[in-house]
Amino acid sequence: MPEIGLDKGEGASGGRWMPLQGIRILDFGWVWAGPVVGQILGDMGGEVIKVESRRRLDFVRLFPPFAGGKPDPDGGLFFHSLNRNKLSLTLDLTQAKAVELLKRLVKLCDVVVENFSPKALPKLGLDYPALREVKPDLIMVSLSAAGQTGPWRDVLTYGPSLGALAGLDSLIGYPGERVLGWPMAYTDPASGLLAVFGIMAALLHRKRTGQGQYIDLAQWEATTALLPEFIMDFTMNGRIAGPQGNRHRRMAPHGCFRCRGEDAWVSIAVESEEEWRNLARALGNPDWCREHRFSSPEGRREAEEELRRRIEEWTSQRTPQEVMELLQAYAVPAFASYGIGDLLSDSHFEERGAKVVVDHPHMKGEVLYGLPWKFSRTPGRIRRRAPLLGEHNRYVLCELLGMSEEEVRSLEAEKVVY
Amino acid sequence: MGTGALDGVKVLEYGQLVSAAYCCKLMGDLGAEVIKVEVPPEGDPARRYGPFPQDLPHPERSGLFLYLNINKRGITLNPALPEGALIFRRLGEWADILVENWPPGTMEAMGLGYERLQEINPDLIMTSITPFGQTGPYSRYKAHSLNVCHGAGVAKGIGAPGREPLAPPGEQSHFFGALNAAAATMVALWERELSGEGQYLDIAEADCWAMLFNGVWFSKYLYGGEEVSRLGHRSNLPVYPWAVLRCKDGFVSATAPEEVQWQRLVDLMGNPEWANDPRFETSAKRSQHADELDEHIESWFSTRTKAEIFRSCQERNIPFSPIQDMREVVECPHLAERGYFVRIQHPEAGEILCPGPPYRLSETPWELRRRAPLLGEHNEEIFCGLLGCDLRDLERWRKEGVI
Repeated sequence: MPEIGLDKGEGASGGRWMPLQGIRILDFGWVWAGPVVGQILGDMGGEVIKVESRRRLDFVRLFPPFAGGKPDPDGGLFFHSLNRNKLSLTLDLTQAKAVELLKRLVKLCDVVVENFSPKALPKLGLDYPALREVKPDLIMVSLSAAGQTGPWRDVLTYGPSLGALAGLDSLIGYPGERVLGWPMAYTDPASGLLAVFGIMAALLHRKRTGQGQYIDLAQWEATTALLPEFIMDFTMNGRIAGPQGNRHRRMAPHGCFRCRGEDAWVSIAVESEEEWRNLARALGNPDWCREHRFSSPEGRREAEEELRRRIEEWTSQRTPQEVMELLQAYAVPAFASYGIGDLLSDSHFEERGAKVVVDHPHMKGEVLYGLPWKFSRTPGRIRRRAPLLGEHNRYVLCELLGMSEEEVRSLEAEKVVY
Repeated sequence: MGTGALDGVKVLEYGQLVSAAYCCKLMGDLGAEVIKVEVPPEGDPARRYGPFPQDLPHPERSGLFLYLNINKRGITLNPALPEGALIFRRLGEWADILVENWPPGTMEAMGLGYERLQEINPDLIMTSITPFGQTGPYSRYKAHSLNVCHGAGVAKGIGAPGREPLAPPGEQSHFFGALNAAAATMVALWERELSGEGQYLDIAEADCWAMLFNGVWFSKYLYGGEEVSRLGHRSNLPVYPWAVLRCKDGFVSATAPEEVQWQRLVDLMGNPEWANDPRFETSAKRSQHADELDEHIESWFSTRTKAEIFRSCQERNIPFSPIQDMREVVECPHLAERGYFVRIQHPEAGEILCPGPPYRLSETPWELRRRAPLLGEHNEEIFCGLLGCDLRDLERWRKEGVI
């Protein structure tokens, strides 16, 4: 694993060229959907200034676990991963002076990212129309739950309740049983990635035309866009899909099978006739595989429960790893159902750079998640650990905005910088 | 047609099913000129995926295909044949961006790997989307979306204790990979504007899940000793309520971890006696008695509909929302007012209704520029118009199965 110390490789001398070098992003993001946008842009070289305040912390700073075990806004380890490569500026935006400072800073930024509710920034006088006045070619993206317009725009949600509105949760559970839903907020990273795509397209447009723009991204809409086959089965045929389990509309077997060991499972998915024949061979061509009802995908889907029982008789005598290696040797799509521990100790994910080690003042040798994209020529990298609260106040206020140390001190005393 | 943010960007899509197609759809939606290559005679497997109107399979009527391939032109071409590979190379010369999602080694075997294409188009950006990436022990593993979800630790957190872990529905590994690939490709295109050079992007769906989705769990596991687990309709976070609860006509996503939200809920339910129990004092304590609390709340929910609960909770700033099914999503007044769903006229499938803009760009709006292409619809336009080939060549290629 590459070792990246504090600020090593920063600046003109140590750094390799990175794709978003020279792009400055003002990051109002909090929790996950907003911060992941800045995280990705920062990983690829952008200068990301996270605006926060002791008055109202990004509460992920207080998510356990903590470096050193004690709750501390600088020690939240969940926060460290999502906010690496960022700078921290603390401003209490309920104060007029802070709003003025922020507007001066926006003049020097290319992109503003926020994921507050639609009411929040207009109340502070920091919505897009206000910011565009000081920076006409600004690109700004708002990732709200339901968008900036429409009757439900002010809906209050957390990630899981957004998956509920988007139709995603109605599909999650065991077939024929109650809805279970997805307790993790898939909507957050999925929306964040779409925001990055939109920002990059807007930057390209600005480069050609000089024109900035505003992106209204409803996380709900971004998520429903990922369920077309279920949406269209309703719009075409009036069919309302229920909990899907691990089943698939076209494939069988397509499921997760019990293996030897505690909570040990393997996923197997068979699409083509070739994959089915290979599966039969891997199982040792038992007689039941030749039964007529299993000879077509339709037949296999109809007899899926019987099929599952037969396959599970075989998998339950083996570990997930054994099953997957055996089936893959016969070119059958199969993979163990991994937990986080499995993933972190697997040599494949190690080789793909899933873990990066950084030093943080609160923890030496801290493991963060890596960068999922492999660029051949200009890869991104983690060049900076997550910022302490307000760590870069002086960089922003003195170096970027040209204020004196005395001015900053008096703003601190007034708790404008806070 | 208005201005698109990606007007003039030339994209070549050569793939199957979802990941390459959704990646390039996002580009076409913003004005990029996308040419989709399908292998004859059957074309993209998404054409056989469905859903189909009246459940009647037809290669021009598959819902998944019709959705994923709007705003593209389509040609047929088999690059596995020598002459097909030659034509493909000319398209590779034309393109700014090539997106493919075949198993690692497929492009190289046809002489169409990045190094070969770079010889003829030095600033090409080539993006490969695969389940496990181009390198590493699993790079040659076969996998469908299901296997990637399970392999990247996504499923272990969905489902009931002791029962099989559940993968997210549909083709989520492919969609999540596509979102990553699209964003990454735009970063590379931006970089090319400055440096004038292209590059190769290796995007693995498993990497995307493992890092951008599950990465937030790494510290919980490594430093908090916490593994993902399945608690059925509830989250394993030490907060309550964070659950899916039953009501009169369906289910409600009851997610409200903050104390003030709990107090508002108790008020809404008429301050029942049980709520004063000291065992329910804090979110963490409540999560220890979740079964009991589920019963209390579900009993109050049982005489109320999703819509009633949604309205009365949101009025009191309690962030509960209904579990909407497909009908409720499609008929939702909020999405209707935002004009989310679009109607598309298609010569074979008739009128179809599907999701439209996933976001709104103020100056370069999302636009339906063209419906999904029929199989080989733009062969003449692309081969003759763009590449300057002869109509007689087309005739011969057709006979030989090249196109």
